[in-house]
Amino acid sequence: MKVVISNHTQEIEAIIKTGRVLTNESDRFSYSFDASFGTYLPDLVVQTKSTEELVSLVKFANREKIPLYPRGQATSLSGGPLSVKGGIILDLSVMNDVLEIHEEDLVAVVSPGVLTANIHKAAEEKGFMYPPDPSSSHVSTIGGNLAENSGGPRGLKYGVTKDYVIGLEVITPEGELINTGGRTVKNVTGYDLTKLIVGSEGTLGIITKAVLRLIPKPKATATMMVIFDSLVDAGRAISKILSAGIFPSKMELMDQASIVAVEQFEPLGLPVDAAALILIEMDGHPLALQEEVSQAAELCRTVGARDVRIPKDKAEEAELWRARKLVSPAIVRIKPTKISEDATVPRSKIPEMCERLQEIRDKYGVHLVVFGHAGDGNLHPNIICDKTDHEEMSRVELAVSEIFTAAIELGGTLSGEHGIGIMKAPFMEMELGAAGLDMMKRIKDVWDPNNIMNPGKIFPEPGQKMELS
Amino acid sequence: MEASLKQLREEFQYDKTNNCVQCGYCLPVCPTYSTFGKETHSPRGRINLVKMVGEGKITDLSLLEEPFDLCLGCRACETACPTGVEYGSLLEATRAALVKRKTFSIPVRLLRKSLLKKVFPSRKMMNVTGHSIWLYEKSGLQKAARKSGIMKTLPYNLGAFESIMPVPVSPVERGRALTEMKAKLKRKYTVAFFTGCIMDAMFHRINQLSIKLLSEAGCDVVVVPKQTCCGALHAHSGEIDEARNLAKQNILAFEKMAADFVVNNAGGCGAMLYEYGHLLSDESEWADRAAAFSAKSKDISQILVECGLPELRVRAGERVTYQRSCHMTNVQKVKQEPIKLLKQVPGIHFIEMDQAEMCCGSAGIYNIVNYDASMLILDEKMMHTKATEAAVIITTNPGCLLQMKLGIEREGLTESMRALHLIEYLAEAAGII
Ligand SMILES: Cc1cc2nc3c(=O)[nH]c(=O)nc-3n(C[C@H](O)[C@H](O)[C@H](O)COP(=O)(O)OP(=O)(O)OC[C@H]3O[C@@H](n4cnc5c(N)ncnc54)[C@H](O)[C@@H]3O)c2cc1C
Ligand code: SF4
Ligand code: SF4
Repeated sequence: MKVVISNHTQEIEAIIKTGRVLTNESDRFSYSFDASFGTYLPDLVVQTKSTEELVSLVKFANREKIPLYPRGQATSLSGGPLSVKGGIILDLSVMNDVLEIHEEDLVAVVSPGVLTANIHKAAEEKGFMYPPDPSSSHVSTIGGNLAENSGGPRGLKYGVTKDYVIGLEVITPEGELINTGGRTVKNVTGYDLTKLIVGSEGTLGIITKAVLRLIPKPKATATMMVIFDSLVDAGRAISKILSAGIFPSKMELMDQASIVAVEQFEPLGLPVDAAALILIEMDGHPLALQEEVSQAAELCRTVGARDVRIPKDKAEEAELWRARKLVSPAIVRIKPTKISEDATVPRSKIPEMCERLQEIRDKYGVHLVVFGHAGDGNLHPNIICDKTDHEEMSRVELAVSEIFTAAIELGGTLSGEHGIGIMKAPFMEMELGAAGLDMMKRIKDVWDPNNIMNPGKIFPEPGQKMELS
Repeated sequence: MEASLKQLREEFQYDKTNNCVQCGYCLPVCPTYSTFGKETHSPRGRINLVKMVGEGKITDLSLLEEPFDLCLGCRACETACPTGVEYGSLLEATRAALVKRKTFSIPVRLLRKSLLKKVFPSRKMMNVTGHSIWLYEKSGLQKAARKSGIMKTLPYNLGAFESIMPVPVSPVERGRALTEMKAKLKRKYTVAFFTGCIMDAMFHRINQLSIKLLSEAGCDVVVVPKQTCCGALHAHSGEIDEARNLAKQNILAFEKMAADFVVNNAGGCGAMLYEYGHLLSDESEWADRAAAFSAKSKDISQILVECGLPELRVRAGERVTYQRSCHMTNVQKVKQEPIKLLKQVPGIHFIEMDQAEMCCGSAGIYNIVNYDASMLILDEKMMHTKATEAAVIITTNPGCLLQMKLGIEREGLTESMRALHLIEYLAEAAGII
């Protein structure tokens, strides 16, 4: 059933003067998905670069109680931009005009549709760095990154999106245009609404502009690959390096299943008989780097590393990182469906989490691959399966719930970076407790009394279960 | 007649859509997504529409027509896709399934029938086309037509292409076309030259130059008789059976000659020849022969790199840029060779344009049947081309060559910029006429 009726459409077309209102069925189907599961047909799709038009549209939708769903490039892995209750998709990827680097203030001012990789490029051209680097940077929008509080390999040393946003312009669900934070790194005036909006998955309003903090670009980087005969040893090495006061910029883990998959996909000379490998990148002053590399190599050997490889030149270095990049494409050649989890544990619990994951894999007989940003405890246990095989999918569901339970029992969290969306909503209470979840719900109700802004996300519906099959 | 879901799945190759994880990695490289600005015209969007058909969520198949008509078939999306979705096959299957069910409007039907079934595959007809271009210009008709403005009223905006038509070749000259040429010095290879139908009708001169340049580089060149159109335009328009027929005719024609390579100079045709193995893989009698043919098929730039160019004259300070043929880059994966050859021309200044890999919008007969869409894509391409301030735009495919000529004309740059086929440029530098 459509919530938008033809009278509404006329009014919406009158509001959106400079943009487009898409109502064709082929267009509606083309905005019915993201990078997770399910198809939800919106009633219509709005594209406009004008904040004023969006403000009027939100006021109108709030009055008529029509659900709105902000959408960047729909690379969400948790169902964030899906129009689960019908209504209007707002395609904000078209708001991609503003990308200013203010050298003196060390900030970037951006509109929400700018691709994150373009911010990286613009910053680097001026000798700066915008550190958050989700692997989807070249396709995802900064608006989506802010709403999901995305992070990447560099999160280990530099933190994630929320650590670099100091100001926002937001349209509230009632159609007010507000500014939070500002252009200064220090700002304690009142509640920190900026941080509340970041990671709110589009449920508290539409981000129409952001002020991002930049840092000077490090002078040099160095890479090393460390090979292990046991996954748990690899986990130990990670803790050991970090507790020795060395702070790599990236620390990426690949288990045997992912090594083998990559080698089969594209032979790069990786050790297929190894149980795990870690790729480490350090950045900083070239002299300090040399010393840190040899120190880290030594530490790895003491916990039983089989081999430490240091690339001879930049080309070899690129080759090693290519191996890591190929994990995702390589593993889906085994079976078509990839359930990509991002449960995260405290750093000290990495070895224990590795053990628990192996147990879960064997218990449910699922094809579990572990790789990812191990340095910050954000392991990416991926289950490779076939969504048309219902029996297998029900085992996968059980395995996924158990992964969540394990992460929370070890003091970790459901999601390190992909967000809750609809996929993980059923597990919220397990992590937050009833009172914690209720507090969040109350915040949502105050911001959005008519529940029009991205409804159906984060908060579980009564009796909602995870469904993969 | 309601086709059963199972049959639809087979026809649309629904299975192949399951490899798409909707990651969106293909979005930044897709020219139609960039130009039209909505998912309906993105690879991911198009694949999803097929998925929806296979899942029974879309039953009105006409919903797929516009999105698939407006796809350029440039296959840039395939190169960006981390999971190896075979978009090219999906596109062909979908178009074939749609064509089967569609009743075209009369003019479109006529154009499709006459161009695809009669003109391109027939050497005679293509020669007539070539001749009539010549006659048209020589007889003064062209001037009269230009003056009268009648060109503007031609169907499909064919008038827009009129002013960029190449210098025509007289029937006498065409009759003297080379059919064979020995290697100038020591022979390195014997090659069979694939003339291509559009190349031969419109760019006869470039074909002649190609043969001469190959001979200079050390190849015995033979133009095999009874060769025909490669079938690319048919395959891309959903006429798969016709494409298969043409492929078989070509395989038969070229099998008669024991050449080291079958050499072509048109990126689009070359890609089709390269895919004969795939096109005929289901026909046991043909599969191996087609694969052997494809293995021998090479772009002329590959052979010239291999054999080495004759001595080239200095072109001091000339600014040159290169508009890639999508099919040569994304299907044949011939990427570096043309650049290597260009960089051997002494003194030139080679500049890559921004978004160099994006399609120019010519795409077979796309610029004829989807004229407005094609011009939007061309305008974007010209913006980046202009920024290079190049005096020469190099192309490696007749469609791209015409389109870039049109772009130069539309921008009013005919005085300062010219579009050339790579071979024309190299021949010019080598002093071959
Ligand atoms: C192959 C692949 C790799 C990935 N790797 C990573 C990774 O390394 N790290 C990581 O963190 N994530 C990763 N992701 C997940 C995803 O890319 C991120 O969540 C990304 O931030 C989503 O951006 P988007 O522009 O696609 O937003 P969308 O998916 O369109 O939207 C995401 C959420 O943001 C909301 N939203 C979007 N724009 C706005 C706005 N302007 N205002 C308010 N709300 C808005 C939407 O409502 C939705 O809830 C990956 C995804 C894929 C497919
Ligand atoms: S073939 Fe070209 S135009 Fe068509 S979807 Fe792929 S990238 Fe886009
Ligand atoms: S890149 Fe490949 S998998 Fe990703 S959306 Fe495009 S076609 Fe699908």
